[in-house]
Amino acid sequence: MSTLVVGITVFVLAAFVGFEVISKVPPTLHTPLMSGANAISGITIIGALTAAGLGSTPLAQTLGFLAVVTATVNVVGGFLVTDRMLEMFRSRSDRKRSSR
Amino acid sequence: MTAILYLAAAVAFIVGLERLGAPRTARSGNRIAALGMLAAIVITLVTEGILNWGVVAAGLAVGAVIGAWAAVRVQMTAMPQMVAIFNGLGGIASALVAATEVVESDLAGFRAETTVSILVSILIGAITFTGSFVAFAKLQGIVPGRPLTFPGQQLVNAMTVVGLIGVGVWAGVSGEPAGYWAVGALSLLIGIIAVIPIGGADMPVVISLLNSFSGLAAAAAGFVIESNPLIIGGALVGAAGLILTFQMTEAMNRSLANVLFAGFGSDGSGSGTTMSDKPVRRATAEDAAITLGYADSVMIVPGYGLAVAQAQHATRELADALEERGTKVHYAIHPVAGRMPGHMNVLLAEADVPYEQLLDLEQADPQFPQTDVVLILGANDVVNPSARDDPGSPIYGMPILNVDRAGTVIVVKRSLSPGFAGLDNPLFYDEKTLMYFADAKEALEQTVSALRSI
Repeated sequence: MSTLVVGITVFVLAAFVGFEVISKVPPTLHTPLMSGANAISGITIIGALTAAGLGSTPLAQTLGFLAVVTATVNVVGGFLVTDRMLEMFRSRSDRKRSSR
Repeated sequence: MTAILYLAAAVAFIVGLERLGAPRTARSGNRIAALGMLAAIVITLVTEGILNWGVVAAGLAVGAVIGAWAAVRVQMTAMPQMVAIFNGLGGIASALVAATEVVESDLAGFRAETTVSILVSILIGAITFTGSFVAFAKLQGIVPGRPLTFPGQQLVNAMTVVGLIGVGVWAGVSGEPAGYWAVGALSLLIGIIAVIPIGGADMPVVISLLNSFSGLAAAAAGFVIESNPLIIGGALVGAAGLILTFQMTEAMNRSLANVLFAGFGSDGSGSGTTMSDKPVRRATAEDAAITLGYADSVMIVPGYGLAVAQAQHATRELADALEERGTKVHYAIHPVAGRMPGHMNVLLAEADVPYEQLLDLEQADPQFPQTDVVLILGANDVVNPSARDDPGSPIYGMPILNVDRAGTVIVVKRSLSPGFAGLDNPLFYDEKTLMYFADAKEALEQTVSALRSI
Protein backbone atom coordinates (compact mmCIF):
# COMPACT_ATOMS: atom_id res chain seq x y z
CA MET A 1 0.00 0.00 0.00
CA SER A 2 1.20 3.49 -0.69
CA THR A 3 1.88 5.88 2.17
CA LEU A 4 -1.12 7.92 1.10
CA VAL A 5 -3.52 4.99 1.39
CA VAL A 6 -2.06 4.05 4.78
CA GLY A 7 -2.42 7.67 5.89
CA ILE A 8 -6.04 7.86 4.77
CA THR A 9 -6.79 4.55 6.51
CA VAL A 10 -5.28 5.81 9.75
CA PHE A 11 -7.16 9.09 9.44
CA VAL A 12 -10.56 7.47 8.86
CA LEU A 13 -10.13 4.95 11.68
CA ALA A 14 -8.94 7.63 14.11
CA ALA A 15 -11.88 9.86 13.19
CA PHE A 16 -14.27 7.00 13.99
CA VAL A 17 -12.56 6.40 17.32
CA GLY A 18 -12.85 10.12 17.98
CA PHE A 19 -16.58 10.21 17.20
CA GLU A 20 -17.14 7.16 19.37
CA VAL A 21 -15.17 8.42 22.37
CA ILE A 22 -16.27 12.03 22.28
CA SER A 23 -19.99 11.60 21.72
CA LYS A 24 -20.10 10.14 25.25
CA VAL A 25 -18.73 13.28 26.89
CA PRO A 26 -21.50 15.02 28.87
CA PRO A 27 -22.25 18.71 28.16
CA THR A 28 -20.91 19.74 31.54
CA LEU A 29 -17.38 18.86 30.37
CA HIS A 30 -17.59 20.36 26.90
CA THR A 31 -15.32 23.34 27.61
CA PRO A 32 -12.45 21.26 29.07
CA LEU A 33 -13.00 18.72 26.30
CA MET A 34 -12.53 21.44 23.74
CA SER A 35 -9.45 22.95 25.35
CA GLY A 36 -7.98 19.49 25.91
CA ALA A 37 -8.68 18.49 22.31
CA ASN A 38 -7.16 21.79 21.25
CA ALA A 39 -3.98 20.91 23.12
CA ILE A 40 -3.89 17.55 21.33
CA SER A 41 -4.09 19.34 17.97
CA GLY A 42 -0.76 20.84 19.04
CA ILE A 43 0.74 17.46 18.05
CA THR A 44 1.76 19.38 14.97
CA ILE A 45 4.65 20.41 17.26
CA ILE A 46 6.56 17.30 16.17
CA GLY A 47 6.42 18.54 12.60
CA ALA A 48 7.43 21.99 13.82
CA LEU A 49 10.43 20.63 15.74
CA THR A 50 11.65 18.77 12.68
CA ALA A 51 11.11 21.81 10.48
CA ALA A 52 13.01 24.11 12.84
CA GLY A 53 15.66 21.57 13.71
CA LEU A 54 16.53 20.56 10.15
CA GLY A 55 15.86 23.80 8.24
CA SER A 56 18.87 24.62 6.08
CA THR A 57 18.11 28.24 5.16
CA PRO A 58 17.40 31.21 7.46
CA LEU A 59 13.89 31.43 5.98
CA ALA A 60 13.14 27.78 6.73
CA GLN A 61 14.53 28.15 10.24
CA THR A 62 12.43 31.26 10.83
CA LEU A 63 9.24 29.54 9.67
CA GLY A 64 10.17 26.50 11.76
CA PHE A 65 10.87 28.67 14.79
CA LEU A 66 7.46 30.36 14.49
CA ALA A 67 5.84 26.93 14.09
CA VAL A 68 7.54 25.68 17.27
CA VAL A 69 6.50 28.78 19.24
CA THR A 70 2.84 28.67 18.17
CA ALA A 71 2.55 24.90 18.61
CA THR A 72 4.20 25.06 22.04
CA VAL A 73 1.83 27.81 23.21
CA ASN A 74 -0.99 25.57 22.01
CA VAL A 75 0.32 22.46 23.80
CA VAL A 76 1.53 23.96 27.09
CA GLY A 77 -1.28 26.50 27.42
CA GLY A 78 -3.95 24.02 26.34
CA PHE A 79 -3.07 21.24 28.75
CA LEU A 80 -2.43 23.63 31.68
CA VAL A 81 -5.66 25.56 31.30
CA THR A 82 -7.61 22.30 30.94
CA ASP A 83 -6.03 21.00 34.13
CA ARG A 84 -6.89 24.27 35.87
CA MET A 85 -10.51 23.94 34.81
CA LEU A 86 -10.85 20.28 35.70
CA GLU A 87 -9.42 20.89 39.14
CA MET A 88 -12.51 22.97 39.85
CA PHE A 89 -15.05 20.30 38.92
CA ARG A 90 -16.13 18.83 42.24
CA SER A 91 -18.89 16.52 43.27
CA ARG A 92 -21.06 17.13 46.29
CA SER A 93 -18.99 14.72 48.40
CA ASP A 94 -15.69 16.36 47.37
CA ARG A 95 -17.05 19.68 48.44
CA LYS A 96 -18.10 18.43 51.86
CA ARG A 97 -14.69 16.89 52.36
CA SER A 98 -12.82 20.06 51.47
CA SER A 99 -14.98 22.29 53.66
CA ARG A 100 -14.43 20.17 56.75
CA MET B 1 10.72 1.20 16.90
CA THR B 2 10.15 4.93 16.65
CA ALA B 3 6.80 4.21 15.04
CA ILE B 4 5.76 2.07 18.02
CA LEU B 5 6.72 4.82 20.46
CA TYR B 6 4.70 7.34 18.48
CA LEU B 7 1.79 4.92 18.53
CA ALA B 8 1.98 4.88 22.33
CA ALA B 9 1.61 8.66 22.28
CA ALA B 10 -1.44 8.38 20.03
CA VAL B 11 -2.96 5.77 22.34
CA ALA B 12 -2.40 8.16 25.25
CA PHE B 13 -4.48 10.77 23.37
CA ILE B 14 -7.35 8.32 22.87
CA VAL B 15 -7.27 7.10 26.48
CA GLY B 16 -7.06 10.70 27.65
CA LEU B 17 -10.09 11.76 25.62
CA GLU B 18 -11.98 8.70 26.84
CA ARG B 19 -11.29 9.69 30.45
CA LEU B 20 -12.33 13.28 29.75
CA GLY B 21 -15.83 11.83 29.47
CA ALA B 22 -16.57 11.77 33.21
CA PRO B 23 -15.86 14.44 35.84
CA ARG B 24 -14.17 11.96 38.16
CA THR B 25 -11.60 10.75 35.62
CA ALA B 26 -11.31 13.87 33.47
CA ARG B 27 -8.30 15.40 35.18
CA SER B 28 -6.23 12.24 34.91
CA GLY B 29 -7.35 11.94 31.29
CA ASN B 30 -5.97 15.36 30.47
CA ARG B 31 -2.70 14.46 32.18
CA ILE B 32 -2.42 11.19 30.28
CA ALA B 33 -2.87 13.08 27.01
CA ALA B 34 -0.24 15.62 28.13
CA LEU B 35 2.19 12.80 28.93
CA GLY B 36 1.56 11.36 25.47
CA MET B 37 2.42 14.74 24.01
CA LEU B 38 5.59 15.01 26.07
CA ALA B 39 6.62 11.54 24.93
CA ALA B 40 6.01 12.48 21.28
CA ILE B 41 8.15 15.61 21.68
CA VAL B 42 11.02 13.73 23.32
CA ILE B 43 10.93 10.97 20.70
CA THR B 44 11.11 13.60 17.96
CA LEU B 45 14.01 15.44 19.55
CA VAL B 46 15.96 12.22 20.09
CA THR B 47 15.36 10.45 16.80
CA GLU B 48 15.06 13.14 14.14
CA GLY B 49 18.71 14.15 14.15
CA ILE B 50 18.00 17.77 15.07
CA LEU B 51 20.79 20.11 13.92
CA ASN B 52 19.60 23.58 14.91
CA TRP B 53 19.29 23.02 18.64
CA GLY B 54 19.39 26.74 19.39
CA VAL B 55 16.37 27.48 17.20
CA VAL B 56 14.44 24.54 18.65
CA ALA B 57 15.24 25.36 22.27
CA ALA B 58 14.41 29.04 21.82
CA GLY B 59 11.08 28.18 20.19
CA LEU B 60 10.13 25.73 22.92
CA ALA B 61 11.12 28.16 25.68
CA VAL B 62 9.27 31.15 24.22
CA GLY B 63 6.15 29.08 23.50
CA ALA B 64 6.14 27.41 26.92
CA VAL B 65 6.46 30.70 28.78
CA ILE B 66 3.68 32.37 26.77
CA GLY B 67 1.41 29.32 27.01
CA ALA B 68 1.90 28.82 30.74
CA TRP B 69 1.45 32.52 31.46
CA ALA B 70 -1.78 32.66 29.49
CA ALA B 71 -3.13 29.46 31.05
CA VAL B 72 -2.49 30.64 34.60
CA ARG B 73 -3.68 34.20 34.11
CA VAL B 74 -6.87 33.76 32.10
CA GLN B 75 -10.17 34.28 33.89
CA MET B 76 -12.75 31.54 33.55
CA THR B 77 -15.20 34.03 32.06
CA ALA B 78 -12.69 34.66 29.24
CA MET B 79 -12.26 30.98 28.39
CA PRO B 80 -13.97 31.29 24.97
CA GLN B 81 -11.44 33.96 23.93
CA MET B 82 -8.58 31.81 25.20
CA VAL B 83 -9.72 28.71 23.32
CA ALA B 84 -10.26 30.82 20.19
CA ILE B 85 -6.65 32.04 20.30
CA PHE B 86 -5.26 28.57 20.97
CA ASN B 87 -7.26 27.16 18.05
CA GLY B 88 -5.78 29.85 15.84
CA LEU B 89 -2.22 29.19 16.97
CA GLY B 90 -2.59 25.45 16.43
CA GLY B 91 -3.88 26.14 12.93
CA ILE B 92 -1.05 28.47 11.94
CA ALA B 93 1.55 26.09 13.38
CA SER B 94 0.36 23.39 10.98
CA ALA B 95 0.36 25.84 8.07
CA LEU B 96 3.93 26.88 8.96
CA VAL B 97 5.06 23.26 9.03
CA ALA B 98 3.74 22.89 5.48
CA ALA B 99 5.28 26.23 4.49
CA THR B 100 8.71 25.02 5.61
CA GLU B 101 8.36 22.13 3.18
CA VAL B 102 7.73 24.65 0.42
CA VAL B 103 10.95 26.58 1.07
CA GLU B 104 13.09 23.52 1.79
CA SER B 105 12.21 21.22 -1.07
CA ASP B 106 12.19 21.02 -4.82
CA LEU B 107 8.48 21.50 -5.40
CA ALA B 108 8.48 20.19 -8.95
CA GLY B 109 9.76 16.86 -7.63
CA PHE B 110 6.81 16.33 -5.29
CA ARG B 111 4.27 13.63 -5.83
CA ALA B 112 0.76 14.90 -6.45
CA GLU B 113 -0.48 13.80 -3.02
CA THR B 114 2.26 15.70 -1.21
CA THR B 115 1.50 18.84 -3.20
CA VAL B 116 -2.19 18.56 -2.36
CA SER B 117 -1.42 17.88 1.32
CA ILE B 118 0.79 20.98 1.52
CA LEU B 119 -1.85 23.15 -0.10
CA VAL B 120 -4.65 21.80 2.12
CA SER B 121 -2.51 22.22 5.22
CA ILE B 122 -1.74 25.85 4.38
CA LEU B 123 -5.38 26.48 3.44
CA ILE B 124 -7.00 25.07 6.59
CA GLY B 125 -4.29 26.31 8.93
CA ALA B 126 -4.43 29.88 7.61
CA ILE B 127 -8.25 30.00 7.68
CA THR B 128 -8.22 28.69 11.24
CA PHE B 129 -5.67 31.34 12.24
CA THR B 130 -7.44 34.48 11.03
CA GLY B 131 -10.92 33.06 11.64
CA SER B 132 -10.00 32.39 15.26
CA PHE B 133 -8.55 35.84 15.76
CA VAL B 134 -11.68 37.48 14.37
CA ALA B 135 -13.73 35.27 16.73
CA PHE B 136 -11.47 36.35 19.58
CA ALA B 137 -11.89 40.02 18.65
CA LYS B 138 -15.67 39.63 18.59
CA LEU B 139 -15.76 37.83 21.94
CA GLN B 140 -13.44 40.39 23.49
CA GLY B 141 -15.54 43.27 22.09
CA ILE B 142 -12.64 44.64 20.03
CA VAL B 143 -14.84 44.42 16.95
CA PRO B 144 -18.64 44.55 17.28
CA GLY B 145 -20.31 41.22 18.00
CA ARG B 146 -23.10 41.93 15.55
CA PRO B 147 -22.79 40.54 12.03
CA LEU B 148 -20.66 42.91 9.96
CA THR B 149 -21.94 43.04 6.42
CA PHE B 150 -21.28 45.33 3.50
CA PRO B 151 -22.75 45.69 0.01
CA GLY B 152 -21.35 43.22 -2.45
CA GLN B 153 -20.04 40.97 0.31
CA GLN B 154 -21.27 37.80 -1.39
CA LEU B 155 -19.54 38.83 -4.60
CA VAL B 156 -16.24 39.52 -2.83
CA ASN B 157 -16.47 36.17 -1.04
CA ALA B 158 -17.26 34.30 -4.23
CA MET B 159 -14.39 35.98 -6.09
CA THR B 160 -11.97 35.19 -3.29
CA VAL B 161 -12.93 31.52 -3.31
CA VAL B 162 -12.71 31.32 -7.11
CA GLY B 163 -9.34 33.07 -6.98
CA LEU B 164 -8.14 30.66 -4.33
CA ILE B 165 -9.08 27.62 -6.40
CA GLY B 166 -7.39 29.08 -9.46
CA VAL B 167 -4.20 29.97 -7.62
CA GLY B 168 -4.18 26.61 -5.85
CA VAL B 169 -4.38 24.67 -9.11
CA TRP B 170 -1.68 26.86 -10.65
CA ALA B 171 0.59 26.40 -7.62
CA GLY B 172 0.13 22.64 -7.70
CA VAL B 173 0.76 22.28 -11.41
CA SER B 174 3.63 24.75 -11.80
CA GLY B 175 5.37 24.11 -8.49
CA GLU B 176 6.01 27.84 -8.13
CA PRO B 177 6.53 28.84 -4.47
CA ALA B 178 4.74 32.12 -5.23
CA GLY B 179 1.58 30.13 -5.89
CA TYR B 180 1.77 28.54 -2.45
CA TRP B 181 2.21 31.94 -0.78
CA ALA B 182 -0.76 33.28 -2.72
CA VAL B 183 -2.85 30.37 -1.45
CA GLY B 184 -1.73 31.24 2.09
CA ALA B 185 -2.60 34.92 1.67
CA LEU B 186 -6.03 34.23 0.19
CA SER B 187 -6.74 31.68 2.93
CA LEU B 188 -5.88 34.24 5.60
CA LEU B 189 -8.33 36.59 3.89
CA ILE B 190 -11.04 33.94 3.75
CA GLY B 191 -10.71 33.30 7.50
CA ILE B 192 -11.50 36.96 8.09
CA ILE B 193 -14.38 37.36 5.66
CA ALA B 194 -15.94 34.07 6.77
CA VAL B 195 -16.19 34.98 10.47
CA ILE B 196 -16.81 38.75 10.22
CA PRO B 197 -20.49 38.34 9.20
CA ILE B 198 -21.28 35.85 12.00
CA GLY B 199 -23.00 37.23 15.10
CA GLY B 200 -21.61 37.04 18.64
CA ALA B 201 -24.33 34.66 19.80
CA ASP B 202 -23.26 32.11 17.20
CA MET B 203 -19.72 31.94 18.56
CA PRO B 204 -20.29 28.55 20.25
CA VAL B 205 -20.70 27.10 16.76
CA VAL B 206 -17.79 29.05 15.29
CA ILE B 207 -15.37 28.10 18.05
CA SER B 208 -16.36 24.44 17.82
CA LEU B 209 -15.87 24.46 14.07
CA LEU B 210 -12.49 26.21 14.30
CA ASN B 211 -11.51 23.65 16.93
CA SER B 212 -12.29 20.96 14.40
CA PHE B 213 -10.29 22.86 11.76
CA SER B 214 -7.23 23.10 14.00
CA GLY B 215 -7.33 19.30 14.17
CA LEU B 216 -7.82 18.90 10.43
CA ALA B 217 -4.88 21.26 9.79
CA ALA B 218 -2.69 19.05 11.99
CA ALA B 219 -3.89 15.94 10.15
CA ALA B 220 -3.11 17.59 6.80
CA ALA B 221 0.38 18.45 8.07
CA GLY B 222 0.63 14.79 9.04
CA PHE B 223 0.09 13.83 5.40
CA VAL B 224 2.78 16.34 4.36
CA ILE B 225 5.48 14.95 6.63
CA GLU B 226 4.04 11.42 6.58
CA SER B 227 3.58 11.21 10.32
CA ASN B 228 0.92 8.96 11.83
CA PRO B 229 0.69 10.66 15.25
CA LEU B 230 -0.21 13.93 13.51
CA ILE B 231 -2.84 12.18 11.43
CA ILE B 232 -4.31 10.40 14.45
CA GLY B 233 -4.21 13.40 16.79
CA GLY B 234 -5.60 15.66 14.08
CA ALA B 235 -8.42 13.25 13.20
CA LEU B 236 -9.41 12.92 16.87
CA VAL B 237 -9.62 16.68 17.31
CA GLY B 238 -11.34 17.11 13.96
CA ALA B 239 -14.01 14.63 15.11
CA ALA B 240 -14.34 16.24 18.54
CA GLY B 241 -14.84 19.71 17.11
CA LEU B 242 -17.32 18.46 14.54
CA ILE B 243 -19.44 16.68 17.16
CA LEU B 244 -19.59 19.82 19.27
CA THR B 245 -20.38 21.92 16.19
CA PHE B 246 -23.40 19.81 15.34
CA GLN B 247 -24.56 19.62 18.95
CA MET B 248 -24.53 23.42 19.01
CA THR B 249 -26.38 23.88 15.72
CA GLU B 250 -28.92 21.28 16.88
CA ALA B 251 -29.43 23.23 20.12
CA MET B 252 -30.22 26.28 17.99
CA ASN B 253 -32.37 24.32 15.52
CA ARG B 254 -30.30 25.73 12.67
CA SER B 255 -28.14 24.25 10.00
CA LEU B 256 -24.42 24.87 9.93
CA ALA B 257 -24.84 26.65 6.58
CA ASN B 258 -27.42 28.96 8.13
CA VAL B 259 -25.07 29.88 10.99
CA LEU B 260 -22.15 30.50 8.67
CA PHE B 261 -23.89 32.38 5.90
CA ALA B 262 -27.07 33.97 7.25
CA GLY B 263 -25.65 36.95 9.15
CA PHE B 264 -28.03 36.12 12.00
CA GLY B 265 -27.37 36.23 15.74
CA SER B 266 -26.58 39.89 16.25
CA ASP B 267 -25.37 41.00 19.65
CA GLY B 268 -27.74 42.34 22.29
CA SER B 269 -25.96 45.67 22.34
CA GLY B 270 -27.04 46.31 18.77
CA SER B 271 -29.20 49.38 18.38
CA GLY B 272 -32.26 49.89 16.25
CA THR B 273 -34.34 47.16 17.87
CA THR B 274 -37.58 48.47 19.27
CA MET B 275 -38.32 47.93 22.91
CA SER B 276 -41.80 46.77 23.69
CA ASP B 277 -43.83 49.08 25.93
CA LYS B 278 -46.07 46.36 27.32
CA PRO B 279 -46.26 46.42 31.13
CA VAL B 280 -43.98 44.19 33.18
CA ARG B 281 -44.04 43.30 36.88
CA ARG B 282 -40.98 44.84 38.44
CA ALA B 283 -39.36 43.28 41.49
CA THR B 284 -36.90 44.46 44.13
CA ALA B 285 -34.32 42.45 46.04
CA GLU B 286 -36.86 42.01 48.84
CA ASP B 287 -39.50 40.67 46.44
CA ALA B 288 -37.00 38.24 44.98
CA ALA B 289 -35.83 37.15 48.44
CA ILE B 290 -39.36 36.47 49.68
CA THR B 291 -40.35 34.58 46.52
CA LEU B 292 -37.19 32.47 46.60
CA GLY B 293 -37.09 32.08 50.40
CA TYR B 294 -40.48 30.43 50.63
CA ALA B 295 -39.99 28.12 47.64
CA ASP B 296 -39.37 24.39 48.08
CA SER B 297 -37.50 24.08 44.80
CA VAL B 298 -35.56 26.62 42.78
CA MET B 299 -34.04 26.22 39.33
CA ILE B 300 -31.36 28.69 38.32
CA VAL B 301 -30.94 29.35 34.60
CA PRO B 302 -27.60 31.04 33.84
CA GLY B 303 -26.74 32.75 30.58
CA TYR B 304 -24.01 34.86 29.07
CA GLY B 305 -25.06 37.81 31.28
CA LEU B 306 -23.79 35.83 34.28
CA ALA B 307 -20.36 35.62 32.71
CA VAL B 308 -20.35 39.32 31.79
CA ALA B 309 -21.28 40.27 35.37
CA GLN B 310 -18.75 37.78 36.85
CA ALA B 311 -21.66 36.66 39.03
CA GLN B 312 -20.82 32.97 39.42
CA HIS B 313 -19.67 33.27 43.05
CA ALA B 314 -22.65 35.46 44.03
CA THR B 315 -24.90 32.81 42.43
CA ARG B 316 -23.37 30.09 44.58
CA GLU B 317 -23.83 32.24 47.70
CA LEU B 318 -27.51 32.66 46.96
CA ALA B 319 -27.84 28.91 46.34
CA ASP B 320 -26.10 28.22 49.68
CA ALA B 321 -28.41 30.62 51.52
CA LEU B 322 -31.44 28.91 49.96
CA GLU B 323 -30.17 25.44 50.76
CA GLU B 324 -29.66 26.45 54.39
CA ARG B 325 -33.38 27.19 54.44
CA GLY B 326 -34.13 23.72 53.08
CA THR B 327 -34.80 24.76 49.49
CA LYS B 328 -33.70 22.39 46.75
CA VAL B 329 -31.52 24.20 44.20
CA HIS B 330 -30.55 23.04 40.72
CA TYR B 331 -29.12 24.73 37.65
CA ALA B 332 -30.58 24.29 34.17
CA ILE B 333 -27.97 24.78 31.49
CA HIS B 334 -28.90 25.15 27.85
CA PRO B 335 -26.26 23.90 25.40
CA VAL B 336 -25.79 27.36 23.87
CA ALA B 337 -25.87 29.34 27.10
CA GLY B 338 -22.67 31.36 27.05
CA ARG B 339 -20.13 31.72 24.29
CA MET B 340 -18.73 28.21 23.97
CA PRO B 341 -19.97 24.70 24.73
CA GLY B 342 -19.98 24.11 28.48
CA HIS B 343 -19.03 27.70 29.33
CA MET B 344 -21.59 28.01 32.16
CA ASN B 345 -20.56 24.70 33.69
CA VAL B 346 -16.97 25.88 34.01
CA LEU B 347 -18.00 29.15 35.63
CA LEU B 348 -20.22 27.39 38.16
CA ALA B 349 -17.51 24.81 38.84
CA GLU B 350 -15.17 27.71 39.55
CA ALA B 351 -17.68 28.93 42.13
CA ASP B 352 -17.57 25.45 43.70
CA VAL B 353 -21.03 24.35 42.60
CA PRO B 354 -21.09 20.54 42.71
CA TYR B 355 -21.57 19.15 39.20
CA GLU B 356 -24.51 16.97 40.28
CA GLN B 357 -26.56 20.15 40.57
CA LEU B 358 -25.94 21.10 36.93
CA LEU B 359 -28.70 19.74 34.70
CA ASP B 360 -28.59 19.77 30.92
CA LEU B 361 -31.57 20.57 28.72
CA GLU B 362 -33.04 17.06 28.66
CA GLN B 363 -32.64 16.60 32.41
CA ALA B 364 -33.93 20.02 33.42
CA ASP B 365 -36.86 20.58 31.12
CA PRO B 366 -39.25 17.93 32.55
CA GLN B 367 -38.71 19.39 36.02
CA PHE B 368 -40.11 22.87 35.43
CA PRO B 369 -43.78 21.98 36.10
CA GLN B 370 -42.74 20.81 39.57
CA THR B 371 -40.42 23.76 40.20
CA ASP B 372 -41.67 26.59 42.41
CA VAL B 373 -39.34 29.36 41.27
CA VAL B 374 -37.06 29.74 38.28
CA LEU B 375 -34.32 32.35 38.58
CA ILE B 376 -32.97 33.51 35.22
CA LEU B 377 -29.58 35.16 35.32
CA GLY B 378 -28.60 36.85 32.08
CA ALA B 379 -30.22 34.27 29.80
CA ASN B 380 -32.76 35.30 27.19
CA ASP B 381 -33.21 33.47 23.89
CA VAL B 382 -32.80 30.02 25.48
CA VAL B 383 -35.93 30.68 27.59
CA ASN B 384 -37.94 32.52 24.93
CA PRO B 385 -41.37 30.82 24.55
CA SER B 386 -41.64 32.23 21.00
CA ALA B 387 -39.35 29.40 19.95
CA ARG B 388 -42.18 27.07 20.96
CA ASP B 389 -45.31 29.09 20.23
CA ASP B 390 -44.68 31.54 17.40
CA PRO B 391 -44.12 29.92 13.99
CA GLY B 392 -43.18 33.37 12.65
CA SER B 393 -40.27 33.78 15.07
CA PRO B 394 -36.75 33.44 13.65
CA ILE B 395 -35.88 31.08 16.52
CA TYR B 396 -39.06 28.99 16.10
CA GLY B 397 -38.28 25.32 16.66
CA MET B 398 -35.17 25.91 18.75
CA PRO B 399 -35.28 23.66 21.83
CA ILE B 400 -35.75 25.91 24.86
CA LEU B 401 -35.96 25.58 28.61
CA ASN B 402 -39.72 25.84 29.20
CA VAL B 403 -39.36 27.94 32.32
CA ASP B 404 -42.86 29.39 31.96
CA ARG B 405 -44.20 26.03 33.14
CA ALA B 406 -42.80 26.68 36.62
CA GLY B 407 -44.73 28.43 39.39
CA THR B 408 -42.94 31.78 39.28
CA VAL B 409 -40.17 33.14 37.11
CA ILE B 410 -37.73 35.80 38.28
CA VAL B 411 -35.67 37.37 35.52
CA VAL B 412 -32.55 39.28 36.51
CA LYS B 413 -31.54 41.47 33.62
CA ARG B 414 -29.98 44.87 33.18
CA SER B 415 -32.75 46.19 30.95
CA LEU B 416 -35.52 45.08 28.64
CA SER B 417 -33.15 45.09 25.69
CA PRO B 418 -33.61 42.07 23.45
CA GLY B 419 -31.19 39.17 23.44
CA PHE B 420 -28.51 38.30 20.94
CA ALA B 421 -31.04 37.28 18.36
CA GLY B 422 -32.55 40.76 18.68
CA LEU B 423 -35.95 39.32 19.56
CA ASP B 424 -38.52 40.40 22.08
CA ASN B 425 -39.25 37.82 24.76
CA PRO B 426 -42.92 37.26 25.73
CA LEU B 427 -41.70 35.63 28.95
CA PHE B 428 -40.89 39.08 30.35
CA TYR B 429 -44.54 40.16 30.05
CA ASP B 430 -45.99 36.91 31.40
CA GLU B 431 -48.08 37.44 34.52
CA LYS B 432 -46.05 34.88 36.47
CA THR B 433 -42.79 36.68 35.69
CA LEU B 434 -41.05 39.16 37.97
CA MET B 435 -38.49 41.41 36.30
CA TYR B 436 -35.60 42.46 38.49
CA PHE B 437 -33.63 45.08 36.56
CA ALA B 438 -30.06 45.09 37.82
CA ASP B 439 -26.57 43.81 37.18
CA ALA B 440 -26.66 40.10 37.99
CA LYS B 441 -23.92 40.26 40.60
CA GLU B 442 -25.39 43.22 42.51
CA ALA B 443 -28.88 41.74 42.29
CA LEU B 444 -27.69 38.44 43.76
CA GLU B 445 -25.74 40.07 46.58
CA GLN B 446 -28.71 42.22 47.54
CA THR B 447 -31.07 39.27 47.35
CA VAL B 448 -28.80 37.23 49.64
CA SER B 449 -28.74 39.97 52.28
CA ALA B 450 -32.51 40.42 51.99
CA LEU B 451 -32.91 36.66 52.34
CA ARG B 452 -30.85 36.60 55.53
CA SER B 453 -33.20 39.13 57.15
CA ILE B 454 -36.46 37.26 56.53
